[in-house]
Amino acid sequence: MNVRQYLELTNRRRFLGRVAGGIGAMALGDLLAADTNPLAARKGHFTGKAKSVIFMFMEGGPSQMDLFDPKPGLQKWHGQALPDSFTRDLKLAFIKPSAAVLASPRVFKPHGQSGTQFSDFIPHTASCADDICLVRSMSTEAFNHHPGQLLLFTGSTQIGRPTMGAWTVYGLGSESSNLPGFAVLTSGAGTSGGATNFSSGFLPSTFQGTPLRGSGDPILYLANPPGVSGLTQRAGLDALRDLNEEHHAAVGDMEIASRMASYELAYRMQSAGPELADFSGESRETLDLYGVNDETSRPFATNCLLARRMVERGVRFILLMHASWDDHVQLNRKLKRNCDITDRPTAALLKDLKRRGLLDSTLVVWGGEFGRTPMQEVRNTQEADNAGRDHHPNAYSMWLAGGGIKGGQVIGKTDDLGFNVVEDPMTVHDLQATILNQLGFDHTRLTYRHMGRDFRLTDVHGEVVRKMIA
Amino acid sequence: MVTGLPVLLSVPVAAAQAPDFAREIAPILARNCSGCHGAAQQMSGLRLDDGVAALRGGYSGAVIVPGNASGSALMARVTSQKENFRMPPAGPRLDEAAVAKLRAWIDAGAVWPASAAKAGGAKGSNHWAFQPVRKPAVPAMGAEWGRNPIDAFVLAKLAEAGLKPSGEAPRAVQLRRVTLDLTGLPPTPEETAAFLADSSPGAYQRVVDRLLRSPHYGERWARHWLDLARYADSDGFEKDQPRPWAWRYRQWLIEALNRGQSFDQFTIDQIAGDLLPNATLDQRIATGFHRNTLLNREAGVARAEDRFEILVNRANTIATTWLGLTAGCAQCHDHKYDPITQRDYYSLMAVMNRTIDDEIDAPVEGEFGPWLRTQADFLAKRREILNKHRIPELEAEWEVKMRQAILNPGKDVEWDFAVTACRAMLDNADKLLLMDRDRRPERLARRITAQFLSSAGPDIPRDKEKQDRVKKARGELTELEGAFPRLSQAMVVQDDPTVPPAYIAIRGDYKRQGLTVEPLPPAFLPAMKTTGEPARLAFARWLVARENPLTARVIMNRVWQEMFGRGLVRTSEDFGTQGERPSHPELLDWLAAEFMDGGWSLKEMQKLMVMSAAYRQSSAARPDAAAKDADNALLARQSRLRLAAENIRDSALAASGLLSRTVGGRSIYPPQPAGVAELGYGSRKWVESAGAERYRRGLYVHFQRTTPHPQLMNFDAPDSTLACSRRRNSNTPLQALNLLNDPVFFEAAQALAVRVLRESPAGFAPRLNRAFALTVARPPSARESERMARLFDQQLGILAGDAGAVPQLMPVEVEGVARVEAAAWAALCRVLLNLDEFITRE
Repeated sequence: MNVRQYLELTNRRRFLGRVAGGIGAMALGDLLAADTNPLAARKGHFTGKAKSVIFMFMEGGPSQMDLFDPKPGLQKWHGQALPDSFTRDLKLAFIKPSAAVLASPRVFKPHGQSGTQFSDFIPHTASCADDICLVRSMSTEAFNHHPGQLLLFTGSTQIGRPTMGAWTVYGLGSESSNLPGFAVLTSGAGTSGGATNFSSGFLPSTFQGTPLRGSGDPILYLANPPGVSGLTQRAGLDALRDLNEEHHAAVGDMEIASRMASYELAYRMQSAGPELADFSGESRETLDLYGVNDETSRPFATNCLLARRMVERGVRFILLMHASWDDHVQLNRKLKRNCDITDRPTAALLKDLKRRGLLDSTLVVWGGEFGRTPMQEVRNTQEADNAGRDHHPNAYSMWLAGGGIKGGQVIGKTDDLGFNVVEDPMTVHDLQATILNQLGFDHTRLTYRHMGRDFRLTDVHGEVVRKMIA
Repeated sequence: MVTGLPVLLSVPVAAAQAPDFAREIAPILARNCSGCHGAAQQMSGLRLDDGVAALRGGYSGAVIVPGNASGSALMARVTSQKENFRMPPAGPRLDEAAVAKLRAWIDAGAVWPASAAKAGGAKGSNHWAFQPVRKPAVPAMGAEWGRNPIDAFVLAKLAEAGLKPSGEAPRAVQLRRVTLDLTGLPPTPEETAAFLADSSPGAYQRVVDRLLRSPHYGERWARHWLDLARYADSDGFEKDQPRPWAWRYRQWLIEALNRGQSFDQFTIDQIAGDLLPNATLDQRIATGFHRNTLLNREAGVARAEDRFEILVNRANTIATTWLGLTAGCAQCHDHKYDPITQRDYYSLMAVMNRTIDDEIDAPVEGEFGPWLRTQADFLAKRREILNKHRIPELEAEWEVKMRQAILNPGKDVEWDFAVTACRAMLDNADKLLLMDRDRRPERLARRITAQFLSSAGPDIPRDKEKQDRVKKARGELTELEGAFPRLSQAMVVQDDPTVPPAYIAIRGDYKRQGLTVEPLPPAFLPAMKTTGEPARLAFARWLVARENPLTARVIMNRVWQEMFGRGLVRTSEDFGTQGERPSHPELLDWLAAEFMDGGWSLKEMQKLMVMSAAYRQSSAARPDAAAKDADNALLARQSRLRLAAENIRDSALAASGLLSRTVGGRSIYPPQPAGVAELGYGSRKWVESAGAERYRRGLYVHFQRTTPHPQLMNFDAPDSTLACSRRRNSNTPLQALNLLNDPVFFEAAQALAVRVLRESPAGFAPRLNRAFALTVARPPSARESERMARLFDQQLGILAGDAGAVPQLMPVEVEGVARVEAAAWAALCRVLLNLDEFITRE
């Protein structure tokens, strides 16, 4: 137990001791029991390597063949339509299968001991090659954004099921008693999924993701209203507690005791939130490593640093979203822009976690809801460099690091044109099963009964990808 | 009749070699197949122990083609080399002799002697909820407790458990409870005072009658129904386009409930109001129930798939809302626990299959006259604008190109994209664009022009002159439309006989078409009367037929749930075998029978419930009963219930005097933190409502599916995806932050302080009394007064050292009250609005 945990525990006891007179010994026992707090930390089916997850969701579908999966084979076909035999059964959102092939102008080089190939757009990420497990053989069922995002986060293409983060805190609770267990950070534009990417679905709303913001209140409604000072807040909460306690004595409903506990937690969040967002204790070197003071990368870098600070404070699941990588047109320009924003902070996060000894217990996942086509999409035939790529569900890349994942390796292979997976196929449900495994869950047993049946994140699919695990 | 079928189908070929069915074939089928395809279960709809059923086949179609073994799926299955495909799926494969016999038997005509046929038909069920509703006798009840038959049933159960009911709640609590339950609003201090002063018999009943007549009754119960109707003000999914006219259905709903429309007609109108002879406007608007499904307008979406998902959603919603069935499982396979088969599921879906979506003029009171008087002028001006900018010629060119791209895709990438984008935004785009221009109704022509002006294809942006014309016309038309009276629109459905018949989707995959199905209710329930009416209308009548065992039970259970905190069947969404059994089966049946026999009046049944002694009990804990009945299923007391998200907002606004009590109308945009709306696609802006709109009730808050208002979500409002039969009741720190710091609630605290100071005589005690009366409808206890007095002094002390905070806490002057004192009152009122009691119906 460290000092911080000790202080938290004693604070909690002090609070409980104070209200104990009013609620009686039995109620106090109930309050202390972990099961009255749905977010109390608990064990999975077994002890997982990962205690926290940082899911870096690159919304829109980054282009795998311009970043992670070099396809020199495309050069031969550049500018031409592919034979029917390649494109039969291909589901595409906008372009026709007869669209011309677009070879990548990017330069790929091997990096690190492992020699994993990365493109010249992401040199910083490439410098972490030996910590990264690159999956080149992802595939998904969905070829449109929102269904794709829902499938990735909930295991189903329809709205309404709990998301990965919600499942995680439902299963494990949180180590943090004054920050949300499932936190959401966003940069860039809004996402197709909006709040459905961090919804608790039919799980209790306690498990839904809480958006934290880089500006304004870090958490919605966190700041006191104007004129309400810390003293006013505390005086008001003390009176509120006493009146609630009075009423509890009269009607004897445990819900009142829970509500009193919720108000105290809210109060603690009010100081923990600003403390989290206060970077004054971070060294100049750290701030520069992330690029917090760089105009281009600031919002994303701030989120990456916040993510590390949350991991340190016991937050269980951090969804860090950046939108949008949906480069239907002007791929060269737009992809570079997103890489300029995200590459350095992403690598900084990995390096910083590692040097602090946190990477082993923090699973970092990077990727989008699908990849992009080997063929081009052109919406304006008269504009130079207008070409982009359409959505491609059959084969794309993601990467994982830390949390018991074996770095410095590549999983899977695609064909010469990047159309289909030819080795070690990995579906979205396999990814989910593997993430849950690293957290200590058998994905087939993490279930919740709803509308007459047991639901799980992986629906009725998913296999843990053992190759990925250290 | 079907019993003759095997004989007709059998073709007598090479009879000499045909194996004998009874001796050689039946044993093979019985040993290898009937476990999964027999009387007990028919996986994939296939039954191989009965001739009629066997020759009919499974959901994918026939498996035995008489006279053609090599064309029979049965042979392909039993001889396949592929694991997971070969039958039987487990155990040894069929030996060669058995395969040869089957082949010879099928080639010889698959003769299945009638004597070997089993009785067919759906499997029955003895599950309680599928049995007919009978009206049980009311148990005898002594004179010491009880007000109506409900109490007799409750008391009998309590007595069985050796428990006694609780005493009556204090009268003020009773008034607040029944006012919140029937209208969703707290009583005013004047209503409370009047009730407490009225000791005459019938005082409570008069209150109940007043509340049932209140226009706010319809708002409160509409919100409950909207949960089931998965109502929202936007499409959902990526684009999540706002639905500016979704509210028109809500408006109808509030009015229908307020006028006490009988529940059977209420049902028929929503399911099939458009099909009634001489359907009224209201009856057509009611079908908007079906239109609350999500719609994915993401440009690349396969329309057929989205349509399929919409029908799935409609089938599931009907099943949950009226039948209390979790039918969703049967989308992919026969229900594992309930008798509902995949065929049942798709038959139910077929009820909604032949519908198309439409928008109609649905004027609310006062709109029609002004519109009628100005319409000719409007149309003339509209034409003038279009002609001035020579839009018709541009639109005609665009249409030609669009049609070419629709008919010959893959020729021009730019126009292909324009078509894809158009299909996403314009419903039935291909049909409208390919329709003969001269035969297009005016309404549809206008829709196409609007689409053209908003997205004019790839060529026009390259021609500055044309681009300007389009831009100007768009601007001028928008201005024109704003200047002329408009009619409200309603989203409705109507029948389209050209839609191909529904089919069983194999494993729930819309691309894998199995057998076609007729629109029918589940086969294990009483049959639907075929009246010659359209199927959807016949189905609607079936839902509320006296012999339907589910609807009345399900609805009464849900009303009970809203009044007592839990249903008699706790799983109010699931009356199947996996749901919980009723705590009071006789009471539930009695209520259901009374409901139907009494003309399906919701108000009458609600009145019966709130008049009962069971309802009027104290909700204080009963340690003596807790040991025997921890969940209070037996009702030894009432339950304390946290208010619904919307009613928490309503209560704060009502107490503070800010509430606008206008009933019905458009959705509103109360303040929400910056950045919430921007989380969604296109980072849409949330433009706050101004004036009285800002203070309307919670049920009018615009519900944007991908970025719903955080106050609603923090307090467990449903996500409006599927029918929500019961809300959860969570208790989180985010709720605390919401009530403490949300500007809406802070403003309410300030307004409450001003109201108290203005309305109450001077002095701390009278003011505190007034504040308590406005928030919790009772005076403070001595200890509470003392505690609040201490807070008041503390607060004055804090503000003495923080003068800058005073005008922020209290932004206005209140005559005769020092500003600092008024500010301290704002802080006190903020505490009252955060009391657990304030957000709880005791």
